[in-house]
Amino acid sequence: MNASESLQHLGPVLRARGLEKQYGQGMGLVRALDAVELEVAAGETLAVMGPSGCGKSTLLHLLGGLERPSAGEVWLEGRRIDGLSEKALARLRRHAIGFVFQAFHLMDELTATENVELPALLAGRSPRAARRRAAELLERVGLTDRAAHLPSALSGGERQRVAIARALSNEPLVVLADEPTGNLDSSATLDVLRLLDGLRSSGQTLLIVTHDSRIAATADRLISMRDGAFVEETRLTHGSTGRLGELAGLEG
Amino acid sequence: MPEAVGVSSREPSQGYQLRVVQEVLLALLAKEPSHGYQLRARLELALGPLAEALNAGHVYVTLNRLEKAGLVTSERVGQIDRPDRKVYELTAAGRARVMEWLGDTSWPKPAPAEFHLKLVAAAAAGLGDPVRLVDAQRHALLAGLAAAQRAALAEPDGSVAGLLLEGVVLRLQADLRWLEACAQYWTSTKERR
Repeated sequence: MNASESLQHLGPVLRARGLEKQYGQGMGLVRALDAVELEVAAGETLAVMGPSGCGKSTLLHLLGGLERPSAGEVWLEGRRIDGLSEKALARLRRHAIGFVFQAFHLMDELTATENVELPALLAGRSPRAARRRAAELLERVGLTDRAAHLPSALSGGERQRVAIARALSNEPLVVLADEPTGNLDSSATLDVLRLLDGLRSSGQTLLIVTHDSRIAATADRLISMRDGAFVEETRLTHGSTGRLGELAGLEG
Repeated sequence: MPEAVGVSSREPSQGYQLRVVQEVLLALLAKEPSHGYQLRARLELALGPLAEALNAGHVYVTLNRLEKAGLVTSERVGQIDRPDRKVYELTAAGRARVMEWLGDTSWPKPAPAEFHLKLVAAAAAGLGDPVRLVDAQRHALLAGLAAAQRAALAEPDGSVAGLLLEGVVLRLQADLRWLEACAQYWTSTKERR
């Protein structure tokens, strides 16, 4: 999917209708996801929170074409993707979706630059263009001076920033992040938080599944899940300094 | 689309008329005699974006009250092309009040008891699912956290107002962790029933 195609689409970037996922059967049947309806607009940042096992990672996997739903539909940029062949899904994931995982999933034997340029190379860009793009992205995540390092020589926070740069390599329609700070200490979390806030300001469409309230608070919109369903939704962008003043303890 | 419970567009910041305690103005006068406008400027520096919600007239009203109470005195100072202005100075009684305030260790109310009892009562009377009440409360706090965090990220490095915003963020995070414990407790209670 290229830029001119995506310009023609005016609806939500990502849409799920009646999305269900079940594991097991009979008495052992688990409804991981139950009749979920979701729309993510272009440029919107959405955070999904909920306790372990509530189905939030399953939702991310279904939206990203990593797993197939038991029922329902997934649409990406106006195109239904849940029934695509494995080959077409793999192509779609490479070109149109950026993934960020809790455990980073970098290639240990490749440098930071090589990790970041890999998706561009797989998508058929020239080695020169891919290298240039990787340099840009590493600068954006503040790791230009770490570009030649292997992941083993980087801190956890730096690895995750490389992974975020890699996710942006092909200018994805949407970035899907699953507990991006789950393995990080608080100072590394703050670096990733600043980066995610910057992505939001730049208009990157982003869906973050997280336990971390500070990470969730970077989003435009927040959804809470329990037992495979959405239970609460809030738009976070209507802030007022008066309310903030009260929270800070100024007298009403 | 549901509105944010805690920070919503129905509450424009102009509608807020927030104030600082009297002792803050007294303490700001401890450095040197100042006029009302200078005191406001110093509050704005320390509060950053939060100063927008301060009631503009409040500083002057409070200074009058402090003068009547004998904690400050004022002197009219002439200006060349503007009306005279009043310069306020701390009295000995005012200075004593400031020292007392600095030594006071009472702390602004952390308020979990009321919410805790709300959940207990709701569960006992079957008025509603405590877990849902926790979810709604969590979203209200997260909306506040989002506002505080955005304001904090917008402050330059080393900003004194940024330190205040960080305090708001950390306190909300602690409350949110407690709400998580509430949700776990009431979820498991429901499963036992």
